[in-house]
Amino acid sequence: MNAEAKKAANGNDKLGNGKLGNGTERGGAGRNRPHTPIYLDYQATTPTDPRVVEAMLPYFTEKFGNPHSRNHPFGWEAEEAVEKAREQVAAIIGADPREIVFTSGATESNNLAIKGVMRFHKDRKNHMITLVTEHKCVLDSARHLEMEGVEVTYLPVQQNGLVDMTVLAAAITPKTALISIMAANNEIGVIQPLAEIGKLCRTKGVYFHTDAAQAVGKIPLDVEAMHIDLMSISGHKIYGPKGMGALYVRRKPRVRLEALIHGGGQERGMRSGTLPTPLCVGLGEACAIAMKEMPAEAERLKALRERLYEGITRRLPEVFLNGDHENRLPGNLNLSFAYVEGEGLMMGIKDLSVSSGSACTSASLEPSYVLRALGVEEELAHTSIRFGLGRFTTEEEIDYAIEQVVEAVSRLRELSPLWEMAQEGIDIKSIKWAEH
Amino acid sequence: MSYSEKLLDHYDNPRNVGALDKNDPTVGTGLVGAPACGDVMKLQIKVGADGRIADAKFKTFGCGSAIASSSLATEWIKGKRLDEAESIKNTEIAQHLSLPPVKIHCSVLAEDAIKAAIRDYREKHKPAEAAE
Repeated sequence: MNAEAKKAANGNDKLGNGKLGNGTERGGAGRNRPHTPIYLDYQATTPTDPRVVEAMLPYFTEKFGNPHSRNHPFGWEAEEAVEKAREQVAAIIGADPREIVFTSGATESNNLAIKGVMRFHKDRKNHMITLVTEHKCVLDSARHLEMEGVEVTYLPVQQNGLVDMTVLAAAITPKTALISIMAANNEIGVIQPLAEIGKLCRTKGVYFHTDAAQAVGKIPLDVEAMHIDLMSISGHKIYGPKGMGALYVRRKPRVRLEALIHGGGQERGMRSGTLPTPLCVGLGEACAIAMKEMPAEAERLKALRERLYEGITRRLPEVFLNGDHENRLPGNLNLSFAYVEGEGLMMGIKDLSVSSGSACTSASLEPSYVLRALGVEEELAHTSIRFGLGRFTTEEEIDYAIEQVVEAVSRLRELSPLWEMAQEGIDIKSIKWAEH
Repeated sequence: MSYSEKLLDHYDNPRNVGALDKNDPTVGTGLVGAPACGDVMKLQIKVGADGRIADAKFKTFGCGSAIASSSLATEWIKGKRLDEAESIKNTEIAQHLSLPPVKIHCSVLAEDAIKAAIRDYREKHKPAEAAE
């Protein structure tokens, strides 16, 4: 990791013991076993960067004023901090600060964008389009709108996870008000062709909303170049504070939307509520750091990811990558290990904190809908593991992870009747399985 | 998911992993579950001349609960007569391993696997009673 992040990871006593769960603070010669458990679930959440925490702290106890208190220095200094944060958030996506609405997180931003736009426009245009692989808060908001009379088209994706532009274009009608397509997918890391989608939307007079929670700070985003009208941003996905996010809302041409939360009229009436100064500051700082470090970090993570991928696939056969290899977040690796079930595998690599697309790990016992949408067959969906690498991941951790995974998969394949059948040349698909 | 110590023990040190020769007349093979469901268990028994299960082996594709349930099943049925093994209930397996409610179905599958193995063995030894 870069020098600054390393310093931040090592130097801060305030954070107490264990720091960020990585091995860098040890630094002793000859250590090849990193500090466990190793965090490899960066798409689920990220540790707040110590530099972000440091920037936030004064606004809890010293500069604690309400940024909307117009009449005294406590308010003014809070307002100044909030507005600076707004600029920092705007900068990383190429927007104007006046186009940034602070929210409690990307879920709220997605709700606001989708419900807000559709409710405002549905008298004239009541159709929206989205993808089946969107995050649940997008899909569920859309479903809720269907109960309000909005028509929603849920488009499938190709096997690599990308939307088919021809299919998208064909789905647009004169009644389409909004297209919502996420920038980067949380499960498989796939990056959609944003500029192409934006251009299509612009020519058809349709608003383009993108849930960029996983993309901000990881890949370059430019709302102008990409013709994006609304963008959801998440704090805790980019080493910022939890419980904080933002929604970019284009001013030129103006995007009109109905607020979800009413009250004092903050955020230009789009989202009432006292702004949480320290959280705003934290989000701003996280964006500023990301903007500066993104190119180098992306390169570093991609190299680590490829190391992990090659390290595993070199020693294990029948391992499949889920989602496009190229158009992919640098830190995401989603693999299916044939003949080995995901939750069972996770128990075997308990020093690694990862997640799985297996049904057994979800409360509903249903396998990942994203993997199913890619056309991944059910039994392979049950075998998938998502590795999420991030700012504080080290090469040591990757090498350790490779060993753990190879050992666990090999052991579980010895236990697996399906692996046995495959070795004997039996075609598993030809067997009539009894339901139980 | 936080599992009981017994469950973890079966997962880390599974008993009786392996295969018996399914063409051996003293062997019964049960194959239950489905890959699409994320759960497949193969349980085999070798029945001795005394009618008791002399050996048992299993292989499982499934989560920790599934592996533990089938491992436990092979442990319990060894030395038992067929009718004794058949009467093992999934609830006993679930209780022994302290399976969380969402994992109870793994113990059901293990019970099914035992019965399937016994059924297969009995099918192989029907000739004397087979209807002509």
